[in-house]
Amino acid sequence: MSKKPSASADTGAAPAVTPSRPSPHAQAPANAALSAEQKIELYRKMVRIRRFEERCLPVYNAGKIGGFLHLYIGQEAVAVGACSLMGKDDHVITAYRDHGHAIAVGMDTKPLMAELYGKVTGCSKGKGGSMHYFAPDLNYWGGHGIVGGQVPLGTGLAYAVKYQGKKGAAMAFMGDGAVNQGAVHEAYNLAALWDLPVLFVIENNRYSMGTSQERSSAGELAKRAEAYEMKWYVCGGHDIYEVRATLDEALRRAREENKPAVVEIDTYRYRGHSVADPDKTYRDRKEIEDYRNTKDPLQVFQNQLVLENVLTDALITEIDTAARAEADRAVEFAEASPFPTAEDIQKDVYWETDQPQRTSEGRIFFNSVE
Amino acid sequence: MATLTYREAIRAALSEEIERDPNVVILGEEVAQFNGAYKVTEGMLEKYGPKRIVDTPISEAGFIGMGIGASMLGIRPVMELMFWSFYSVAFDQIVNNAANVRYMSGGQIACPIVIRGPANGGTNVGATHSHTPENVLAHHPGLKVVVPSNAADAKALMKTAIRDNDPVMFLENTLLYGVPGEVPEGDITLPFGRAAIAREGKDLTIVSYGRCVVHSLAAAEKMKAEKGLDIEVIDLRTIRPLDVATVLKSVAKTHRVLIVEEQRPFCSVGTMLAATIQEEAFDELDAPILRVGTIDAPAIYAPPVEKQFQLPNPERVVAGILKVMR
Ligand SMILES: Cc1ncc(C[n+]2csc(CCOP(=O)(O)OP(=O)(O)O)c2C)c(N)n1
Ligand SMILES: [Mg+2]
Repeated sequence: MSKKPSASADTGAAPAVTPSRPSPHAQAPANAALSAEQKIELYRKMVRIRRFEERCLPVYNAGKIGGFLHLYIGQEAVAVGACSLMGKDDHVITAYRDHGHAIAVGMDTKPLMAELYGKVTGCSKGKGGSMHYFAPDLNYWGGHGIVGGQVPLGTGLAYAVKYQGKKGAAMAFMGDGAVNQGAVHEAYNLAALWDLPVLFVIENNRYSMGTSQERSSAGELAKRAEAYEMKWYVCGGHDIYEVRATLDEALRRAREENKPAVVEIDTYRYRGHSVADPDKTYRDRKEIEDYRNTKDPLQVFQNQLVLENVLTDALITEIDTAARAEADRAVEFAEASPFPTAEDIQKDVYWETDQPQRTSEGRIFFNSVE
Repeated sequence: MATLTYREAIRAALSEEIERDPNVVILGEEVAQFNGAYKVTEGMLEKYGPKRIVDTPISEAGFIGMGIGASMLGIRPVMELMFWSFYSVAFDQIVNNAANVRYMSGGQIACPIVIRGPANGGTNVGATHSHTPENVLAHHPGLKVVVPSNAADAKALMKTAIRDNDPVMFLENTLLYGVPGEVPEGDITLPFGRAAIAREGKDLTIVSYGRCVVHSLAAAEKMKAEKGLDIEVIDLRTIRPLDVATVLKSVAKTHRVLIVEEQRPFCSVGTMLAATIQEEAFDELDAPILRVGTIDAPAIYAPPVEKQFQLPNPERVVAGILKVMR
C-alpha cells in the first residue's frame, strides 16, 4: 500500500507495521482540521518522547538517574493526542508516568533530563525527580506519585476553571490500576454531582505493575462512570487520530456544557513497570511483540501520514535524527549542570519563605545539630 | 471591642474574608443548608449564596483534594472538616499534595488552602472523634498549623490563614465555640508565629496552646492564691511556625518549664518544645522540663474518666506545677 518507511519508528529490530487501511478517524472534525504541519508536529512529538525515554535507559543503567524511572514507551499517542487539543484554559494532570505528557504540553527536554539527574536546572530544580514533573505555565500540574491521588486535584482544577467563569476543562490522567482507589470515586461523584468540566482519562495499559486488569478490577473500567451518570468512552490509544477524535468530543462537552466524562484509552507499555521491573513473571514476550508489530503508535501514525503524503522518507529520517540529537543534547545539558546545594533543601517548602520578606514570625524550620 | 463567642469570631473572620476576596469559598459537610455541624457557618448560605458556601458529600479525600487542586489555580478554599478527626481519610491529600506540591514543583505552585474544624477531646465522643493532630500536621514541612485559644485570636488568625499563600491547618475546639471573649473590631490580623504571654510571672513558665491555656491560667491563679507563686503562661497560638524566642526568653526568666498540651506524650508538640528548650537553654534550667498531656491511650468514652483523668485539667496542671517546683 505505501512505500516501506526508511526508519522504523520503534526501537531496534521491530518489524514495521503494515497499514492495511487508513485510519477510520482521519475525517473526524478534530483531525480533518489539521494542517500538514500540525500533523508533522504531532508525529515529531511522539518521536521526541520515545527518543528521549530511550536515551534515559543507558543513563539510568549508568547509575546517573536515581529512584524509579517509569517509561511511557508505547503510550505516546495518548499524551500527544490529548495535549494537542488543549486550549488556553484547559489543564492537565497525571500520575508518575509523566514524561510523555510533559513533552506533549511543550516542556523542553533539557530540564526534563536534568530533573532525572537531580540537577538544579531540572524542571523542578532537582526536587521532584522522574515522577514529579510540573509546568504550571503550560497548564501542566504534574507528575504525582501516589496512585490515584492526583485525580481529586484534577477535579479541583476543573472546579477552579468553572468557578472563575472560564471556558476550559481539566484532563485528569490515571492508570488502569488507579481506578480502584477510593479518592478516584470520590472525585467522580463530585465531578458528576457538581457538573465540573473534567475528563477522567484512564490510560489502560493492561497492567498495574505486575497485576493484569483481570486480576485487579471487577467489571469494565470506564463503565463505572454509569454509577455516577457520567458519559464514558473507550477508544484505542494506538491511533492518535482516534485519541483526538474521542477526546475532542468529550472536551467540547466538558467546556461547553460542564459535563465530566470518563475516557478509557486502550494502550500498552513496552517496558517494565519501571526500569527496575525485570518484566519476566506476568506477561508473555509475545504479547509485547504482537502489540509493537501491529499497533505501535508511532509506526501507525507514520504509515498514516505516508499514506496521506504528509511524511516522506527524508522527513521521517530527519525527524528521527533530530530527536536523537535533541536527547543527546539533553543528556549533555544534564551532565554539565550542578546539583542543588545543601542550602537549596529548605527552599521551595513554603511560599512565604521563598519571598524576600517573611510575613509570619517565629521558627518555621526545625533542624537537628549540624 | 465587641463580645463574641469563639464561634462567632471565626464566623466573622470567614464572612469578612468572603466579602473581601471573591476567590474565597467555604466548602464542607453540612456547612450551608444545615448551618454547620457546630454552627460556625450559621446564616452564611443565606447571606452569601451557594457559590460561596458549598455543601459537600461525605468525601474528605475527594473534596479536600479538590480544594487543593482549585487552590493551585488561585481559588482560596476554606474547607471545613466536621471534626479534624476525619483528616485521616484525607491524609494523603494533605501530606502528599498540599504539603508537597510546592516543593516537588521546585517552587512553581502555591497552595493557599485553609482546612479548619474542631480538634479536641472532652466531649465523650470516643476515640474516633477526639483526635488532636497538630503534632502530626506540624511534622510536615509545607504546612502551617494554628490552634487558637480564644475568640480574638481565632478571628485574627483565621483572617491571616485565609490570606496566607501556604496551606494552613486551623484547629478549633468544640468546647471553646461557646466561650465569649472581647474581640477588637475591624480588619485585625495576627502574624503566625507570635506567641502571647497570657499571664506574666517569674517562678515558672507554662507553655501551652488551645484550650489547655484555659486550664493553665486556672491553675496559675490557684497557685497564686495558695502558694504565692507567680506563673507565666505562654499561649503559642501557632505550632508551625513556632515562637521559640518568646519561650526561651521566658525560660531565662523563670528557669522552670511545664508544658501543658492536649496531646499524648509520644512525639507530641511538647516533646518538640522540650527538646528545643534543652538544646538551646540547658544552662537556664533549674529543674527538668515536665509535661502534662493526655493519658496515653485512645480517647476513653466514660465521661467523668475522660475529663478528670485522661485529659489535662486544672488539677492535673497544679500537680505538674508542684512537681516542677519541688
Ligand atoms: C497509593 C499507592 N499505592 C501503591 C503504589 C505503588 N505503585 C506505583 S505504580 C503502581 C501501579 C499502578 O498501575 P496503573 O495505575 O495501571 O498505572 P501504570 O503504571 O500502568 O501507568 C503501584 C502499585 C503507589 N505509588 N501509590
Ligand atoms: Mg496500568
